[in-house]
Amino acid sequence: MPDLHSAVLVGVCALITAALRFIPFLVFGGKRKTPAFITYLGKVLPFAIMGMLVVFCLKNVSVSAYPHGIPELIGVVTVALLHIWKRNTLLSIVAGTAVYILLVNFVFI
Amino acid sequence: MKLTKSDIKRAVKATFPVFSGYIVLGFGFGIVLHSKGFGVLWAFLMSLFIYAGSMQYVAIDLLSGGASVITMAITTVLVNARHLFYGISMIDKYKDVGKIKPYLIFSLTDETYSLVCTDDENNNPKYYTLVSLFNHFYWVLGSTLGAAAGTLFNFSPKGIDFALTALFVTVFVEQWLSSKDHIAAITGVAASVICLVFFGAESFLIPSMLVITLALTVLRFVRKRKGESENA
Repeated sequence: MPDLHSAVLVGVCALITAALRFIPFLVFGGKRKTPAFITYLGKVLPFAIMGMLVVFCLKNVSVSAYPHGIPELIGVVTVALLHIWKRNTLLSIVAGTAVYILLVNFVFI
Repeated sequence: MKLTKSDIKRAVKATFPVFSGYIVLGFGFGIVLHSKGFGVLWAFLMSLFIYAGSMQYVAIDLLSGGASVITMAITTVLVNARHLFYGISMIDKYKDVGKIKPYLIFSLTDETYSLVCTDDENNNPKYYTLVSLFNHFYWVLGSTLGAAAGTLFNFSPKGIDFALTALFVTVFVEQWLSSKDHIAAITGVAASVICLVFFGAESFLIPSMLVITLALTVLRFVRKRKGESENA
């Protein structure tokens, strides 16, 4: 709920995001070369982190209790197939969310 | 800094795809944030000061779950770590932009980066500034409108927070299709699922990130050795 702790969390998030954007200019602004290990992490981390965020979103889905994660499964498959087909980010997100909303409100009640 | 009509025209044109994307995604962010009990002012301030799309979506969950400061800090570092690498490739371009430089760095989102880093026409600080400013404005506007719609119409249908899942699945699929090497993506999913089982939904995020970083480090080491032995 909105309280002082939430405000602190937002502040921390804003400060760290800004810091991450400024650090390269402060550290590598001169002529120093970026370490190879950092370049490597920069290349591979985004792929792994995105996979983790998908799992993060689905963390509260229960397979054992009704509706057994079926709406989530249909939703995710819809988004993925639509995206493979059209590669239109907005379309995938809007249509996938619409399908999911319909499922949890009218089908799996 | 004097702006000409043609500068503005060019920036509006270039940012149009971002306009549609940020308005819709920002709107979704505002609605979901409102559905968790955070109103228009929160949406406005978060979009103004954090200004990082996927991180703000993750932050909704952390805020409503009352996460610890440490969890928020580590999550922000890992979700936004990619910005370190955008910066590295913009050091030269933003070298002589003048007083506006801190703002240009602050507002370097994925989308702004994709526009300014592909701009070869001329190294024009005015153009960079307008593109950055317009995109920031679209995002703040979209999210504020979303939260306002939530407040006015009490519009937060059950399941609207799936927009967040859909966003990440879309980016995941996009990355998958644009790369031949899927081992990092698979590592991310596998490590997270394993940590979810072991640590539970409330505290698996930090262990996952540690395991992912460790696994990718080991992978680099193994591949390097393999490459060396193949070359020998």
